[in-house]
Amino acid sequence: MPAFSDIPAAHPELFACPECDQLVRDVAPSGAGGWIICPRCAAPLYRDGPNNLERALALAVTAIILLLVANLFPVIGMEFQGLRVETTVIGAAWQLWRMEMPFVAVLVVLTIVLVPALEALAIAWVVAHLWVGRRPPAFVAIFRGLQLAHPWTMLEVFMLGVLVALVKLSHSADILPGLAIGAFTALMFVFAALASTLDQRALWQSWETAR
Amino acid sequence: MRRFNSQARSFNRATCSLCGQLGCLDEGEHCLRCGQRLHFRRVDSLSRTWALLVAAYLLYLPANLLPIMETRKLYNVQIDTIMSGVVYLWTTGAKMLATIVFLASIVVPLLKLISLTLLAISVQLKVRWQPMPRTRLYRFLERIGRWSMLDIYVVTLLVAVVQSESLAKVTPGGAVVAFGAVVVLTMLATLSFDPRLIWDALSEPKKEQQERDIKN
Repeated sequence: MPAFSDIPAAHPELFACPECDQLVRDVAPSGAGGWIICPRCAAPLYRDGPNNLERALALAVTAIILLLVANLFPVIGMEFQGLRVETTVIGAAWQLWRMEMPFVAVLVVLTIVLVPALEALAIAWVVAHLWVGRRPPAFVAIFRGLQLAHPWTMLEVFMLGVLVALVKLSHSADILPGLAIGAFTALMFVFAALASTLDQRALWQSWETAR
Repeated sequence: MRRFNSQARSFNRATCSLCGQLGCLDEGEHCLRCGQRLHFRRVDSLSRTWALLVAAYLLYLPANLLPIMETRKLYNVQIDTIMSGVVYLWTTGAKMLATIVFLASIVVPLLKLISLTLLAISVQLKVRWQPMPRTRLYRFLERIGRWSMLDIYVVTLLVAVVQSESLAKVTPGGAVVAFGAVVVLTMLATLSFDPRLIWDALSEPKKEQQERDIKN
C-alpha cells in the first residue's frame, strides 16, 4: 500500500486506520478471506469480502433462544442435608439488590442479561432487513447502540466465574450445575462466531446498496 | 520519513466514529453517510482518560483492602478480601483456578492502571519513542480489561446460593462495589483513550527542527 503525497477531494476508496490515522487505499476483495491489516500499526482494519448475512441471522436467532434458556433456568445450585437451593442469574442479582448492593446488581444484569439480549435482538433486526435487501428502520441509532453495547457483553468472563464458584462450593456441599450452564457455554461460542461473521464496514456497505 | 505525513488529519480528513467512512472537513462537519458529527480524534480524549484513571486509582485501595465477602457459619465468621480469596483457593488445592483468579483480579487491574497511565503520560509529553509497541499495549489492554469482572460474578453466585440461616450465610462486602467501579472506570478510561494520539507526535516537527526553522 503506497503513501500519498496529494489526494483529490472525493475519495471513496480511501480509508484511515482507526488506531493510527494512516491513510490506506481500499483493496478489491480477493475472496481469500482474512483481515486487511494497517501497514503502519498492524491494526486489523476490515475483513476481506462481504458479510455472510444468512449465517449472521441464524446465529443471532440462536443467541436469542439460548438467552431465554440461560436466563429462565438455574445456573448453579447446591444441596446440603436435604436442603436444596438454586439460582438464576436474575435471582442472584435480585439477592444483591436486597442486600443493598444495587450498583453491583445492575452491573451483573447489564453485562450478562440486558446487553447480550439487546445486542442479539439488534443484530437480528438489522441483518434480517439487509438480508432481504431493505434498509432497516432506525439503522443509524441501532448501530450506535451496538457500538456502545459491544464492550459490555461479558458472557465468557461469567462462565469462568461460574466455574470458580462451583469449585469454591464443592468443598462444603453437593453442587448442582444448572441447565443454564449449557446454554451460557453455547452462547459464548455463538457470540464469538457472530463477532467473526459480521464486519462493521461490510454492514455499512450492504446498507448503502439496500433500499 | 515521508510515510509519517500520510495521516488523514494532515489532509483535513476525519474518520467517522460511527460508520468509519472517511469524511472531508471542508465539505461539512457531519459524515455524509450517517450524519454523525466528525472529529479528528476522540473528543477530549486525554482529559477524560485522566479523570477516569484518577477515579479508578482512588477506588483501587478500598477495592483491595475492604472485605469482598463474609461467610458466617455456625460458630465462626470468615472475612475475605480479594487476595485472601486467592490464597484460600490455592491452599484448598485448586492451584490452576487460584492462578486464574489472581491474574484476573489482581494483575489485570494493576497492569491496566499502570500501563494506561504510562500511555497517557507518553502522549501528554508527545513522546516519539516506539509508537508500535505502545499501540500494541493499548490493544492488549482493550482485550484483557473485561476479565477483572470475574470476582464480581463469583461473589454474586455465592451470595445467591449460600443463604441458609442455620448452616452458612454469605454476604457481600464493601469491596464488591469499589471493585466493580474500578473495572467499569478503567474500561471507560481505555475506551476514551485515542491510540491515534500516540502517532500524532510523530507527524509533528521535532523541537530542534522548529527552533532551526525560526532561526532561518
